[in-house]
Amino acid sequence: MTKVTNIVVAGLGGQGVLKGTDILADVALRAGYDVKKSEIKGMSQRGGSVTGDVRFGKQVFSPMVPAGEADFLLVLEPTQVKPQRHMLRPGGVLITPDAVRADQLPNKRTLNVALLGVLSAHLPMAEDQWLAALREGFAGSFFEGNQKAFLIGRKGQREEVQSLKSNDQSPMTKARDSGETA
Amino acid sequence: MNESNRLLLSGDEAIALAARHAGVALGAGYPGTPSTEILEYFHELGGHAQWSPNEKVALEVTIGAAFGGARALCTMKHVGLNVASDPLFTAAYTGVTGALIVVSADDPGMASSQNEQDNRRYAVAAGLPMLEPSDSQEAYDFMFAAIELSERWKIPVLFRVTTRVCHSYTVVRPRQTDSAPKPPSFERDVLGRVMIPAYARPAHRRLRQKLTEMQEWNEHCELNRIVQGGQSLGIITSGISFMHVREAAPDARVLKLGFTHPLPLKKIAQFVKSVGRCLVIEEGDPYLVEAIRAEGIPVEGKADQYRFGELDVARVRRILNNDLSPEPAKPPGKPPQLCDACQYRIVFEALRKKDCIVAGDIGCYTLGVLQPFEAMDSCVCMGASLGVGLGLRHVLPPDQARRVVSVIGDSTFVHSGISGLVEMVYNPPPNGHVLIILDNSTTAMTGHQEHPGTGRTLSHEPTGKVVIEDLARSLGIRRVHVIEPRFGSDEFDRLLTDCLESGELAVIIARRPCILVVNQLKKYEEQRCECNAAQAAAPAPG
Repeated sequence: MTKVTNIVVAGLGGQGVLKGTDILADVALRAGYDVKKSEIKGMSQRGGSVTGDVRFGKQVFSPMVPAGEADFLLVLEPTQVKPQRHMLRPGGVLITPDAVRADQLPNKRTLNVALLGVLSAHLPMAEDQWLAALREGFAGSFFEGNQKAFLIGRKGQREEVQSLKSNDQSPMTKARDSGETA
Repeated sequence: MNESNRLLLSGDEAIALAARHAGVALGAGYPGTPSTEILEYFHELGGHAQWSPNEKVALEVTIGAAFGGARALCTMKHVGLNVASDPLFTAAYTGVTGALIVVSADDPGMASSQNEQDNRRYAVAAGLPMLEPSDSQEAYDFMFAAIELSERWKIPVLFRVTTRVCHSYTVVRPRQTDSAPKPPSFERDVLGRVMIPAYARPAHRRLRQKLTEMQEWNEHCELNRIVQGGQSLGIITSGISFMHVREAAPDARVLKLGFTHPLPLKKIAQFVKSVGRCLVIEEGDPYLVEAIRAEGIPVEGKADQYRFGELDVARVRRILNNDLSPEPAKPPGKPPQLCDACQYRIVFEALRKKDCIVAGDIGCYTLGVLQPFEAMDSCVCMGASLGVGLGLRHVLPPDQARRVVSVIGDSTFVHSGISGLVEMVYNPPPNGHVLIILDNSTTAMTGHQEHPGTGRTLSHEPTGKVVIEDLARSLGIRRVHVIEPRFGSDEFDRLLTDCLESGELAVIIARRPCILVVNQLKKYEEQRCECNAAQAAAPAPG
């Protein structure tokens, strides 16, 4: 059985955590995986901590990522690294806002999608599946900006992975360290 | 595999889709996390969905629909079933002609609730069949099963889900549907539906007979299934716990119960015999383990520490290992707070400044208890602010009593504050009382649903409107004030001082639309005005 891939997305209410997990789960569905997504959203609109779990693979049971088993932790707000850090497995990848250059984004509200772009470079789903999910997730004019943000994140990360590989370093060490100190 | 036939749905959406596919004629409920999306999605799919003022009324409306021969769906959160429990218990006696599915969405771990009561107890107490899905596919499939059960035994079915079933998205393959319901038509059944004692006594016997039959039927019901595995460890489980169990103990033999009241005890006994060690893994109360042990079937339960909060894979592993060590505390996240521009901030600042004793209620404004306000002294249940505030006023020494204020939101007021207001007029405390109704023109906490005070239906169409100030005045309250709290103005403070010092009964309606939906509300209001104008222009009906 193929291993289940576990992703936790964390941030504060209003940052688009749940939009991010929607798109992520949709991509996995399009790619033919079994997928489950879990979220706690009762207080999400009041600026509190929000997290969403996405798990995909051949067969997924629990909808919640067990603590210490996340392969990827995607954090939209630096203060949320600390409370969510325990979710990541040893050797898991932490993706923080530092992974993209904010000044390159069409606007700051697309950070969630830009970080999905960063994440996408680590995942097996094809680019056209991602773009299809983005088109499904964003109505009309919102799509363009989000597509741009996604590609910025994806492209930047691919380059980083390449350059770090040549330096024989763990690909996300840099992002992880910057996240810790933020 | 037909990929286009795979949908990623939340449990709530799956319930709504099944209701639509099964021809449910009417869905009614009151918003409450994690149940709210069921009726919203049912409406989106073209179903007839309504918000009622509260869960009791919603259940009564759907009982009526089911008396009329229709398939009906009633949705609420777990605590809502407390409000609806009066009709629930007697509807078990009367039974139904069509189908009635009552969804109870429980919230173990209290992601957004004031308690974590386990509503499986209601199935036992009321004597109702209960189904418990464990993911969205089952939520979809079990709805059809629930409707079949309800029509076969002419009885309401309790459809019990939990936060992680409601709000997790999992893959659903919808079925081809052709189960068209019979068209509603009234059949008189006075003995069956008029519960005077003489008719209720035989009705109770009929209910017990139905339960006996259903229990026998459940022994062979495919909603309970066995996942084959090794013989050394057997696990009996239901609902979301099943998913955690499959992950934590992939080699165990599992009896997964879907029809959890009345329980298939023979099947359970057989299963227990087939394995070495048998463990019951369930979230919340020890409902299954107690019922199974009462039959003399030897099973292990979980330690008491796992009764609190929701289960997950890690906790199930600990239960399996009989690990009683303290569990790691979750690092605290950032707590929610009132929005920066929320009008309620002004109100809670004023209450804090005056050192008021605040009987609070359920909604966004319960956040007034947190910093920087810390201006709430109680929050019990929907509508309790009035009764609790009045009780405090009656017994406290005058210097304290005069500082007591009840604070309630607009939707909560309509839900169950109105009878508290009647109490205030009927049994006024010696030094009067002050009620603040925080009216933001929406049910904000649950995601901005309409209610009778907004004058719009679930689908945001204009309809009859409960005008709160008119209602209060009609009860004979002289001091009824409507005010828009504004930052930088002391108008609200002064009004509050006046009311507190008057020693009379006073109602202050602090009214400003929720800033999160203010533009949306403006649009609805414009539509409402256009609609009124069109009506005025139309020739008067002859």
